Amino acid sequence: MCDFHVRFSVLHYEVSPLSVPLSHFHLDHCGALPYMSEMVGYDGPIYMTHPTKAICPILLEDFRKITVDKKGETNFFTSQMIKDCMKKVVPLNLHQTVQVDEELEIKAYYAGHVLGAAMFQIKVGSESVVYTGDYNMTPDRHLGAAWIDKCRPDILISESTYATTIRDSKRCRERDFLKKVHETVERGGKVLIPVFALGRAQELCILLETFWERMNLKAPIYFSTGLTEKANHYYKLFITWTNQKIRKTFVQRNMFEFKHIKAFDRSYADNPGPMVVFATPGMLHAGQSLQIFKKWAGNEKNMLIMPGYCVQGTVGHKILNGQKKLEMEGRATLDVKLQVEYMSFSAHADAIGIMQLIRMAEPRNMLLVHGEAKKMEFLKDKIEQEFSISCYMPANGETTTVVTNPSVPVDISLNLLKREMALGGPLPDAKRPRTMHGTLIMKDNSLRLVSPEQALKELGLSEHQLRFTCRVQLHDPHSDTDTLGRIYTHLKSVLKSYSIQHVPDGTVIVESIVIKVTSSAEEPNLKVILLSWSYQDEELGSFLSTLLKKGLPS
Amino acid sequence: MRVCSELNDTHGPTAEEKTSVPNVSRVVASQKTRKRGNQFSFRRADMKLYCLSGHPTLPCNVLKFKSTTIMLDCGLDTTAALYFLPLPLVHSPRLSKLPGWVSKDGAVNLEKELKECSGRVFVDSQPEFCLPEKELLDLSTIDVILISNYHCMMALPYITEHTGFTGTVYATEPTLQIGRLLMEELVTFMERVPKAQAATCWKNKEIQRLLPGPLKDAVDVWSWRKCYSVQEVNSALSKVQLVGYSQKVELFGAVQVTPLSSGYSLGSSNWIIQSHYEKVSYVSGSSLLTTHPQPMEQSSLKNSDVLILTGLTQIPTANPDGMLGEFCSNLAMTIRAGGNVLVPCYSSGVIYDLLECLYQFMDSANLGSTPFYFISPVANSSLEFSQIFAEWLCQNKQSKVYLPEPPFPHAELIQTNKLKHYPSIHGDFSSEFRQPCVVFTGHPSLRFGDVVHFMELWGKSSLNTIIFTEPDFSYLDALAPYQPLAMKCVYCPIDTRLNFHQVSKLLKDIQPLHVVCPEPYTQPPPAQPHRSDLMLELQPPPMAYRRCSVLGLPFRRRYERIHLLPELARSLVPSEIKAGVSVATVSAVLQSKDNKHVLQPVPKPAPVPPSKKRKRVTEEPPEVLNPKPLLSGAVPLEPFLAMLHKNGITEVKVEETADGHILHLQTEDVLIQLEEDATHIICDNNEPLRTALRDLVLRFLQKL
Repeated sequence: MCDFHVRFSVLHYEVSPLSVPLSHFHLDHCGALPYMSEMVGYDGPIYMTHPTKAICPILLEDFRKITVDKKGETNFFTSQMIKDCMKKVVPLNLHQTVQVDEELEIKAYYAGHVLGAAMFQIKVGSESVVYTGDYNMTPDRHLGAAWIDKCRPDILISESTYATTIRDSKRCRERDFLKKVHETVERGGKVLIPVFALGRAQELCILLETFWERMNLKAPIYFSTGLTEKANHYYKLFITWTNQKIRKTFVQRNMFEFKHIKAFDRSYADNPGPMVVFATPGMLHAGQSLQIFKKWAGNEKNMLIMPGYCVQGTVGHKILNGQKKLEMEGRATLDVKLQVEYMSFSAHADAIGIMQLIRMAEPRNMLLVHGEAKKMEFLKDKIEQEFSISCYMPANGETTTVVTNPSVPVDISLNLLKREMALGGPLPDAKRPRTMHGTLIMKDNSLRLVSPEQALKELGLSEHQLRFTCRVQLHDPHSDTDTLGRIYTHLKSVLKSYSIQHVPDGTVIVESIVIKVTSSAEEPNLKVILLSWSYQDEELGSFLSTLLKKGLPS
Repeated sequence: MRVCSELNDTHGPTAEEKTSVPNVSRVVASQKTRKRGNQFSFRRADMKLYCLSGHPTLPCNVLKFKSTTIMLDCGLDTTAALYFLPLPLVHSPRLSKLPGWVSKDGAVNLEKELKECSGRVFVDSQPEFCLPEKELLDLSTIDVILISNYHCMMALPYITEHTGFTGTVYATEPTLQIGRLLMEELVTFMERVPKAQAATCWKNKEIQRLLPGPLKDAVDVWSWRKCYSVQEVNSALSKVQLVGYSQKVELFGAVQVTPLSSGYSLGSSNWIIQSHYEKVSYVSGSSLLTTHPQPMEQSSLKNSDVLILTGLTQIPTANPDGMLGEFCSNLAMTIRAGGNVLVPCYSSGVIYDLLECLYQFMDSANLGSTPFYFISPVANSSLEFSQIFAEWLCQNKQSKVYLPEPPFPHAELIQTNKLKHYPSIHGDFSSEFRQPCVVFTGHPSLRFGDVVHFMELWGKSSLNTIIFTEPDFSYLDALAPYQPLAMKCVYCPIDTRLNFHQVSKLLKDIQPLHVVCPEPYTQPPPAQPHRSDLMLELQPPPMAYRRCSVLGLPFRRRYERIHLLPELARSLVPSEIKAGVSVATVSAVLQSKDNKHVLQPVPKPAPVPPSKKRKRVTEEPPEVLNPKPLLSGAVPLEPFLAMLHKNGITEVKVEETADGHILHLQTEDVLIQLEEDATHIICDNNEPLRTALRDLVLRFLQKL
């Protein structure tokens, strides 16, 4: 419950109120949904993947029952509210881009963690945020690993539950788990594994099922009735969301059709002999798992395996803390003699996983949520060191401002672009970058970059010609025509990369600069060189006038 | 003064030049552009469509768009198989006794290759298929292949293998998985019953000419090919990248492609191929009927410049619902009379709908105990796969998964043993099957697959019925090698794809500028020349293609997306030209990489040691082609004079001319000619003054 409030504020934090994408079906991620949509009055779209949409209402209903029926909470959402809320949910597929409105789009990526879990990319224009929800970077028995493309979000918001934990290999943990179960069963003990209906339960079932098959064990395995049975159906129908191996072989053998695992009946708890029971709920705070626990706790041959985290105040938490005497209702005390093992199978990314995801997505900024402050601080330093990006870890309710630096998209006229690319060549010359000139027209909401000529035309403006004429005097004992020829040769040698033309009518044209030679009859050797250029050739014109003033080489 | 006018006479811009060709350098530049333009071909027909298949429902087109080469579908025309003799699973005395063919005059003897059955001649060899055209363009240049549905990818191994193809194939997950099943099925059908030799003599042009019809008229027989192998299928499919509906896939930064639900089959898609400014829609095999797949997404097809339309219904006169009714009643009639029903069909697609329909129908018809058999090497896989693609199903079926229940009722048929599936007639089936029964099996061409066996087995009894539901083959041609036949034949083609009425309504809604379609859609069906309602009538008329056509698509690309780096954007100084319109001159360095264009600020030149710098300024010519902005506006006389005055130029003689004024700066001996659209500064030996005057003039003008 407390977790659920935390998450609620996080939700508010990173998602614009325009839409709510829900990452997966765990209550700490979707528990507040009916409250928000039916009681607070949020009326925008809600997005979920298909499996989340399928499983979420069941867990919500379960949550509601426990809270209202058992705890007596009154200001809580009703069954009808859950139904109404689910009607507003828009299912989405992985990698599908959903246009929420004209600017906002969201896209889901596979997150591992639990069936149907997704990470979301939220994008407006060229700016984007990725919110991971809970994710898992190593494939497990039934799910694949989270994956994202190099989408370079401005901010990557990642959970950091296991901020510093670099967990031992999954294989080791699995081997350990099987060994303990096996030993207990061999010596005739009973094993109780409290689980949540969906998620870890299926992973452990697959694990035990294959082990039983391989070792040809006969001790019965049960799972408690209720959700888990139904849950297996979901896994069968949403097999495309599981890992590669299961997907590949499902036609021959559906991994979620268990041969050795059967439905549990409460009377079985008193049966003699070894057995393994998966029972809900996972924290031993109520229900079947607690009932079975009470029956088996007194026998040291039995074993309790806690595969996940327990909230403070629950029986599970007390036992994990080594408490050997439990006070039960009616002043009775329960002696805990059975063996207790804690084995974390919860699928969160560890520090290595988080770093892996950063490497995949290449975010510009990093934001850590969900986790212990000290550990997060450590991870933050590590991230900042290794990736040289800013990393934030806001407290609940705190607002973080991240300044982005988006480039400005503009429509460039194709003529201008092609001309530029043709002149500049395919590869820019780093030493002599070519400068391109264009006119940016800002009209209504459009930005268009066109050539200056086109801009004039489009805006209905006429061009203003600015010309310069310069007379250079020079002594040259040749005919006018020869002088002009000498100028031509001179310029040819100086201006290698320019277009220079000697026009028969007695002019030399350099680019657009016109050069003429005249002289008077009185002083035929005193030549007047006329240079005339437009503003567009200003630099060249200025250069030529200076050059010619120095005379011609002899 | 004299000088000035002389220059104006000869080289000053004339009125005409002023407007059209402002200066020589730009004329040269624009000539250059035009030349390059051809090279880049960015004017008209920027986009080309190469049509490698003429078959309207098994398309294979290649679109060249911007710098990408995109193949749209990869359909395999299997109707060529109809020219061949069926491949029996067990020895067929009837088929082996068919007489060989010898020409009437005895001159041509092909009795080894050709067999005659009921007046028709068939090739006795492994059936071959007609491939998409391979010679029209170099297939190794294809960057990507977009697949619209699993029926339209069957030629994939021919294209991706042995052609140098190195690109990527995009398809949805159901399309890939079911497409794989159909390919594997095809391969199994062929490899199960190998033929010792391949017949090729009959293909000789001189000989083919002499053969009886329809073999005589078969076209391009030399390009026909045998079926591919499993290795080739695996290799081809390893090139597939999965995509989801509405997923935006970037191709080389130039083009974005997006699959959209087309409503025809599991995972079937139409494709949007677009850049920021152009949009092509590829509509292939779409359906507006509510069957099992997700409904067709229509609105995203709006605003297309070009819409390529393929895969309309092949039986425009038949209503699928009516056909389904007929299917059921014929089936019931036969079963009641104690006969068996044979349904030649593909292993995925309409069969799911048939089973669902029969699931309801059989009980109501009191035939609940009749067994259904689905026989195919991939029957089990097909049935299993259909249940796990909830995301790709219509809402009705999707909501079943939420319960959680399997989306298709055939799960229940299997559970209750009403539907049984077998990989082939061999094995368990032969011992388990009961009659009368309904058998679903392939291949619908009746040339290979288990269906051949049932034709031999049941063909002789008039109690039995064969019901054709697949529209791909002419049922008369399909039956030809089994004649004479006693079994009843019912033709109930179920083609859920768009009919002409639906498509014209769709096009009215989505309003594409141009439509491209296979030629047959532009005229009434040959068999019904008066039915002008069975063709596309559009304004402007659709552009029709046939096999080997190359169409230039009418496109005029005018803009491209470019990004200004934030630093550059911040440095711009916009000025308002008129209400609501501002301009800013942009001088920047263009960087183009992976078809993405970015403008960045001009880097400041590296500082040069001062001693050297002087030398440079005087001796090195300025950078080539670094044009100044264009100018606009006017220089008004009085304010300009005031400005001169302010800058210490006081002795100015103003002379009025026809077009404006001439200012004579007497002390400096400089002439300034002011006209409405032009300013001319004549200044001889005073460069600092000239540049000062230049800057004063520029203050009055707008830079563009």
